[in-house]
Order: sequence, then structure tokens, then C-alpha cells
Amino acid sequence: MVHLSWYLTVSAILFCIGVFGFLTRRNIIMMLLSIELMLNSVNLNLAAMSHYMEDLRGQVLVFFIIAVAAAEAAIALGIVVTLFRNHRTVHTEDITTLKG
Amino acid sequence: MVQLLFFYFALVVIGLGLRIVTAKNPVHSVLLMLVLFFHMAGLYLLLNAEFLAAVQVIVYAGAILVLYLFVLFLVNLKEELKMSPFVEKGKWLGIAGAVALFITFMRGVVSFTLGPHGEYTIEKIQQMTHTKAMGQAVYTTYILPFEIAGLILLVAVIGGLALAKREDKGA
Repeated sequence: MVHLSWYLTVSAILFCIGVFGFLTRRNIIMMLLSIELMLNSVNLNLAAMSHYMEDLRGQVLVFFIIAVAAAEAAIALGIVVTLFRNHRTVHTEDITTLKG
Repeated sequence: MVQLLFFYFALVVIGLGLRIVTAKNPVHSVLLMLVLFFHMAGLYLLLNAEFLAAVQVIVYAGAILVLYLFVLFLVNLKEELKMSPFVEKGKWLGIAGAVALFITFMRGVVSFTLGPHGEYTIEKIQQMTHTKAMGQAVYTTYILPFEIAGLILLVAVIGGLALAKREDKGA
């Protein structure tokens, strides 16, 4: 028998790895990839809860999160391409236009 | 057997996650992410969510990761490989933040108790198949969120077009 808390632990570890990647990576594409990692951990959390509560609500929410994640990736990567076209960089420390 | 599969999937997912955020070459990260998504689909299968496993492979591995790979090929990675992948002085701060967050999460996990059970027992889902159960839930109870998800995808299409369109300098 696999306990619910095991799934929650795996999900928490994966989320923290995603947070670490988001805070420390230099490349903005890698930051977005870390966000995908965090979204995946949340999805796993919801699916596990849904399975152990015998309710489909969590899995329906996972379905919607995947749809929103696809939209988010499309928009965010479009912004990255535009950024690279204008500034020739994808590194966060070089993006200082708003710094004044 | 189920426990063994769970440990295999969980260990691979965590190990690959660590490797992904620390890899120097972003292309390696994206390709390892593909393997991670397949193992995530395996975890969904262990949770009796076949439809979610299929959607995970089709949408995440099939669509989103290909998008990431294309954008990576569009930007210049030559100097990326020569410098550190982490921001200056940010690494230890990031580790401290992540560990503190993990401790907070685990405090929640150990004191967590499950609420009242719903009507979709495992036997019921297995009898009516998971895809049919999901379809019934999405198209009846959650029809309004479903339509809003369609609208969000439309906004993403229009936004992607508007961002990718090159401005005419002369006009």
C-alpha cells in the first residue's frame, strides 16, 4: 500500500527543486522550465489527493492546469524570442531596461 | 510490486529534477525533462488516472517540450556554456529558500488528515473507465471552467501571434 503522504512528499521535494531552479538559474528559459517542474509537482499532488479522496475534482483541476500551462508556455516563450530579438540575451542580469 | 514501482518512479523523478536544474547545457535539461514527464505519467498510472497519463505524454512531452526545444535553438547558447549556470551569490540563497520551503511543506504533510470521501471509488472508475468518468465530470459539472480554458487557449494563440509578428519600421 502506497500512502498518500509519500506522494505528498515526492511532490513537495519536486516543488522545492523547482523553486531552487527558478531562484538561481541565469537563463530565463531555464527559469520557465523550473516553473513547469513546479506545475508538475502540483499536478501530482492534486491527482494523489483526488485518488485517495475518491473524488474526481482534483483530476479535473489537473486537466485544466495542463491546458493553462500550455498557454503559459506559448506566451512566455514568445516573450523570450522577442526579448532575444531586441536585446540579444536571455540572461536575467542583462535585462536591466527598467532599472533606470 | 506497486510500492516498488512507486519508489522507482519517485526516485527517478527526484533525481532527474535535481539534474535538470543543475545541468550546464539547457538542451540537456529539456531532454531530461522529457524522461521526467514519462515517469510522471507512470506515477499517474499508479494513481489509476490513465487519461491524465495520456494527456501528460501528449501535451507536456509532445507539445510543450518541443516548443522549449525550438526556442532554445533560436537563442544563442555559445556563451551560455562558458559561464556558470547560476546567478552570482544566488546559489546558496536559493538552496536555503528551497530547504526552508520544504520544511514548511513537511510540517503540513505530517499533520494532514483526509476529508470525507467522494462518490468516485476505484471500483466505480474502473467499471466505467477513467476517461468516461473524467468526460462526464468535465462536460457536466465543470462545463463553465472548460469553456474558460478554451478562451485561455484562444488568448494564447492571439498573444503568440502578436508577439511573433515583426513590427514594420517604415509603416
